[in-house]
Amino acid sequence: MRFKFLSVLAAVALLAACETAPESSGSTQSSGAASTSSSSSGSSTSAVQIQGGTQEDLVVNVGDRVFFAFDSSELSAEARASLEKQAAWMKKFGGVRVVLEGHCDERGTREYNLALGERRANAAKDYLVALGINPARVKTISYGKERPAALGHNETAWAQNRRSVTVVDNTGS
Amino acid sequence: MFVPSMMRNAIPVLLAVLMMAGAARAELRVDITQGKAEPLPIAVTDFFGNGGEEQRIGRDMAGVIAADLQRSGLFKPIDKRAFIQNDGALNTLPRFGDWRIINAQALVQGRTELVADGRLRVEFRLWDVFAEQQMVGLAYFTVPDNWRRVAHIIADAIYKRITGEDGYFDTRIVYIAESGPERRRVKRLAIMDQDGANHRFLTDGSELVLTPRFSPTLQEITYLSYRNNTPRVYIFNIDTGRQELLGDFPGMTFAPRFSPDGQKVIMSMAQNGSTNVYEMDLRTRQSRQLTRSGAIDTSPSYAPDASQIVFNSDRGGTQQLYVMDSDGSDVHRISFGKGRYATPVWSPRGDLIAFTKISRGAFYIGVMRPDGSGERLLAEDYLVEAPTWSPNGRVLMFFRQSKNGENVSEPRLYSIDLTGYNEREIVTPVGASDPAWSPLIP
Repeated sequence: MRFKFLSVLAAVALLAACETAPESSGSTQSSGAASTSSSSSGSSTSAVQIQGGTQEDLVVNVGDRVFFAFDSSELSAEARASLEKQAAWMKKFGGVRVVLEGHCDERGTREYNLALGERRANAAKDYLVALGINPARVKTISYGKERPAALGHNETAWAQNRRSVTVVDNTGS
Repeated sequence: MFVPSMMRNAIPVLLAVLMMAGAARAELRVDITQGKAEPLPIAVTDFFGNGGEEQRIGRDMAGVIAADLQRSGLFKPIDKRAFIQNDGALNTLPRFGDWRIINAQALVQGRTELVADGRLRVEFRLWDVFAEQQMVGLAYFTVPDNWRRVAHIIADAIYKRITGEDGYFDTRIVYIAESGPERRRVKRLAIMDQDGANHRFLTDGSELVLTPRFSPTLQEITYLSYRNNTPRVYIFNIDTGRQELLGDFPGMTFAPRFSPDGQKVIMSMAQNGSTNVYEMDLRTRQSRQLTRSGAIDTSPSYAPDASQIVFNSDRGGTQQLYVMDSDGSDVHRISFGKGRYATPVWSPRGDLIAFTKISRGAFYIGVMRPDGSGERLLAEDYLVEAPTWSPNGRVLMFFRQSKNGENVSEPRLYSIDLTGYNEREIVTPVGASDPAWSPLIP
C-alpha cells in the first residue's frame, strides 16, 4: 500500500519536473529543436522524439530521482530499483557523466542539511558504483534545503524534497 | 559584480572627554539581567546647532540615539512635545526642575558644530536629572557624513554608563537577502547597520551564498558560495569587495566561523558521505582535521577564549551538541533534552551557548550553559534558526518563518533579549535569513 502511494508521488514529481523549470544547469531540454535523433523511446503515443542518453531520456524513460525518509540516507527498495535502472541506462550510454544532487526537506537546519544532502547523494553514488559504474563518471553536490522540488509545507511536499536527483553532466564535454 | 564599499569604517572618530561637573554617583542604573525591567524614562533633546546644517544633523542624531535606546527595551524616550525647556536654552545648563516635572530620569543634551577644517564636532552630556549631576560628557570630531555612526557611539556610551555593560549600537549585521521563487531562490550577501540603516548588497545574486559570519578583527566575512557550482568556503573583504576561496579541499566546505582572534577559520568538510570539522590557519593556510567520527559533525563555534569548540553531530543517532577541546580532544555531549539540537554559537561572554532546537515539529531558539545545564527556550515558530549574539552577549538575533494555513511567510530577522523579552523585527527590504552580528566596530 505504502509503496504504491510512493510511486504515485514519484510520478507526480516527474510531472512537476517536466512542467516547471529543469532541475539544474545540466539539463538543456531544447524541446523545439529539429528532431534529428531517431532512436525510439518506445512511447508510441508521444509525438516528441527523445534522444537517447539525454536528461529528457533519463527523466521520461528511466527516472531521474530517488527519495529518502526523514533524516535518512538509507536507500529504500524503490530507490535501489530506480538506481539499478539508472545504472543500466548509464551502461547503455557509456559516454554519459552525471551529477547526483542531494536535497533535503525544510524541516532541518541549513548546515546540517547541507551535510545530509551530501550523504544522500553519496549513498546513491555508492550504489551506482557497486553496480559497476565507473566512479569517475559520477559527481555529487549537495543543495541541502536550498532547492525544493515541491513547494508545499506538508509531509507530501517534504517527501518529494528528500531526494537525490541524477542530472546529466554537460559541463565536462 | 560588487557594490563598491563606502569605506565607512576608515573614517576616524576622535574623542575627547568633557569636563565632568564633579564625580558622578552611580545612582541612576538599569539592571539588564532582570527579566522585565521597567524602561527608564529618558529625554533625548535635539542637539543644538547654530547653522541650518548643524541643526539638521543635531536633530537627526537625537533621533538615531533615541531609537537605539528605545529598541534596547531598557529606555523609554520621552515625546519631544512634552519638553518644557527648549533646545536653545539647553545650550547652557539644564533646568532640572523642568525635566523632573515630565519625569525624565535621564537627560541627553548635545551640540553640533561644523568647524573651520570642514569637520563636524559633536559633544553630548548625559545628566542624572534627580541627582542634578553629569554622568558622562564626551566630544567627537569626524567628517559630517559620519554623523550617524557618531550617534550610535553616543548611544553606546549612554547605554554603558547606565547599565554598566558595553553597548551594541555601533555594529552591523551581515545577512542573506532572499528573493525570487522558492525553487530558484536568489540569495545575496547584504550588510546594514544594526538599526537597518546604510543597507547595501555585497553580491549580485548570480551565485548562491549562505551563512555569512563576521571576522572579529577585520572588515571581512566568511561564508559559503556555490561559485562555479562548487560549494566552498570563501572570505569576502567588505572594503575591497574581493572574494577569496579558502583552501583547496577535495569536498564541500561549509559552516565557517572565525576564531576569536580572527587568525583561524573553523568549518566543516563533507566527503564520501561523512562530514568533519577542520580548522584553517589564515596565515600559514595549513588546515587540520579535528573530528573523524564518520558522522555529520558541523556548525562548529569557538569559545571566546578559544580553548574549546562546540558543534553539532549525529554520531549518537540524532543531532546533538558536543563540546571538545580546540585540538579535537575530550569530546563530550552537552545536550540531553527531547529533540534535535543544532547551530550552537558560543556567547562572546562565554557563559552561554545559543542553539536551534527542533522538537515535535516546531523550531526553537534557546540557550544553555556550556556544561549543558540551564536550558531556556526564547523563541518558537514554524522555523526559527541561526542565532547570532550581540557583541555584549545580551541580545540574540535569528530568522523566523511563520506558517499560516498552508502558507509560510518570507524569512525575517528578529532580535530578542536574553531575558526572553523585547522581541523586535529588524526590517529589511527583502526576505532575510542567516544573520551575523558584527563585533563593536573598532
